[in-house]
Amino acid sequence: MAAGTPIRAYGDRRDDGVIQLSFTLPVPLSEKAKEAAKLFCQKLGLTEVKVAAAERAADNYTFFIAYAKTHVALDWAAIDTPELVIKKLGFDDLNALIEKEVGRRVVVFGACTGTDTHTVGIDAILNMKGFSGDYGLERYPWFEAFNLGSQVPNAELIRRAALKNADAVLVSQVVTQRDVHKDNSRQFIEEAKKAGVDKKMTLLLGGPRVDHKLALELGFHAGFGPGTKPSDVANFIVHQVLQRMGKEQRGQHWEGEPR
Amino acid sequence: MPGPFISDEQVAYARTLARDITEPIFGHIDKHTTVSVERTVLRWFGVEGVGAMGAPLVNLMVDRLQAAGVLNRGAAYWYGRALKMGASSPLDAVERLTAAPLEKLAPLPAAEEAAMKDEVRAEARAAVAELKARVAKRNALREEFPMGPAPHKYVIVATGNIYDDVDQARAAAQAGADVIAVIRSTAQSLLDYVPHGATTEGYGGTYATQENFRIMREALDDESKKLKRYVQLTNYSSGLCMAEIAFAAAWERLDMLLNDAMYGILFRDINLRRTFIDQYFSRRICALAGIIINTGEDNYITTADAYDAAHTVITSQFINERFAHRAGLKDWQLGIGHSYEIDPHRPDTLLLELSQAMLVRRCFPDAPLKYMPPTKHKETDIFFSHAYDVMADLVAVWTNQGIQLLGMMTEAMHTPLLADRYVALKAASYIHRAAKGIDREFTVREDGLIANRARAVWERAVKLLEECKADGMVAAIGRGRFGDVKRTETGGKGLEGVLERAKDYFNPFLEELESAK
Repeated sequence: MAAGTPIRAYGDRRDDGVIQLSFTLPVPLSEKAKEAAKLFCQKLGLTEVKVAAAERAADNYTFFIAYAKTHVALDWAAIDTPELVIKKLGFDDLNALIEKEVGRRVVVFGACTGTDTHTVGIDAILNMKGFSGDYGLERYPWFEAFNLGSQVPNAELIRRAALKNADAVLVSQVVTQRDVHKDNSRQFIEEAKKAGVDKKMTLLLGGPRVDHKLALELGFHAGFGPGTKPSDVANFIVHQVLQRMGKEQRGQHWEGEPR
Repeated sequence: MPGPFISDEQVAYARTLARDITEPIFGHIDKHTTVSVERTVLRWFGVEGVGAMGAPLVNLMVDRLQAAGVLNRGAAYWYGRALKMGASSPLDAVERLTAAPLEKLAPLPAAEEAAMKDEVRAEARAAVAELKARVAKRNALREEFPMGPAPHKYVIVATGNIYDDVDQARAAAQAGADVIAVIRSTAQSLLDYVPHGATTEGYGGTYATQENFRIMREALDDESKKLKRYVQLTNYSSGLCMAEIAFAAAWERLDMLLNDAMYGILFRDINLRRTFIDQYFSRRICALAGIIINTGEDNYITTADAYDAAHTVITSQFINERFAHRAGLKDWQLGIGHSYEIDPHRPDTLLLELSQAMLVRRCFPDAPLKYMPPTKHKETDIFFSHAYDVMADLVAVWTNQGIQLLGMMTEAMHTPLLADRYVALKAASYIHRAAKGIDREFTVREDGLIANRARAVWERAVKLLEECKADGMVAAIGRGRFGDVKRTETGGKGLEGVLERAKDYFNPFLEELESAK
């Protein structure tokens, strides 16, 4: 796209600015409630608001689906995100790269630590089966992956990883009520520092409410959120290993990396 | 019914195998008790409340008896001794027992001991009668306000605060929910005590306490009357306090409980012996209180692959059924669990899911069955997820599921918003209404994909049952046959709470429960 071209939301023709939204208001369904929903959208800065559906979600709650127009326009050229310079490698190519450049299996440990019992995330990344047709790390012949399961104490995960000189440690946090995931993740980083492994290993955080920025703030090297595929994590770890080995420049970017 | 697929003789053979597999475990159950079973006995006598530092009185008392090395005679025996010492109340009994050097207490003369036991038995009978009266009150309300048609639409609330849960549960009931589940705070299953009182702080859910049960059931009674439709309540009888939760739920008139003979072993790493003993007593209570249990086979195929491990679900269902029957549960109380979890990127998944659900229906024609929605392969594209859930709605009504946990389109993102439940309930009501009777209109060809797949799964399920029979359940679990999880007999949490019963072990509630029809 040409530099300086503004972009707007696309409904069914260029620049019409149409968006859809849904929300609930804690009021009984009534004409007044529909008017409230319209005003609500207008206060969001939207115009030509059409409250398409107003549904009695319960006696005192109404669920709305609305369509409206927004004038918001963005300067595409001014959006600053690192360009992808390295294409993500597929299963066979990544294994071949490890064999050739690292020359040994890459060791990865993962667990749901703290009180979290939900292993669905760590299983999707580490177990053979993987996620969404993308193989898990256990399936890669050039990875040695250990999934310790759920409710693993942070210190135990670090101890086990250190014994095997792991290249990377994955912490999965699914339960996020009252920010319990942040408290536990901070504690993990403290433990890692205490054990002196925070500089030696790549420490990764994953979960449905995790993003890269949050993970960096908490002291991890990267964070992986919803939709992450095992191959994204595998590529990231291999590049980290190569950078530690001095075989790849630091600060390079590639497809699928957390941003 | 959609299919024979397999012969009645084959199904009967599977039941025989399940009986042979579980029988040796009952040899173990009948010789042992646990701290949690003994605490349940004391709760039933009316010991409630907490001592200093917030520890439940039943824990203080049982820990004291265990430390003195005398718990193997049964907490009921020592409760009786405390009454004989002149205890005027359960609390007083706790104080007397924790003060006396029990190990030095002289045995009673035989006649006196027999008289004491008779007194305690009479008290236990009265307590059982009171529980039955409470259950009868629940049943009367169910008769006055009949439930909607099956599949009963089951939704979850999980705010952490029981009072917020009440608001969400009422809203869900108003939107058409038939069953409300209050998800427990994460890791409650690993607490070796039941927290006390109303709670407003939880993580990923709300603590299961007797008071929280009472608050929620009271709100749903009120809502049932308003809606003129009985709304059921369920919670989780799993973990280290299976039996205590079952008692609290029965007392507070809950309708269902998640209760699985092996779930704790596999997915919470609770000791195998402990779990088998606790599940038996908890299921005896469920049987008496007319509670429908929900088993947890759906969990196997969120860890293992749903296509490859489909047979483990069937195998486990037969084992769970046998454990349940052995504890006095009737078929109408068996919400046998399974789920819609095959990777949707594969071809033919609607047919494969139908095949599995039809096979389960074929094997358990008189059980309500509990159907679980997709979770593992849910995407953050809520529109796709909604369509995906609707397919499970269709399979549920096609196979006459008694209970259907509705999928949430935001499954992969956050605990459900109020509107997410509304949208799921509206869609499920539509599908259930639209497709009712579809099973009677379409017969399934015996030479097609659905029947062939069902037979292939069946064959592997029977092989696994045969393996469990030949080598024992413990060995099969040790090999990771269920849910890809490996456990050993002496590993896991809670083994220290298992005791061999003394020759004169006394548990008048167990006597009552085992003689109940």
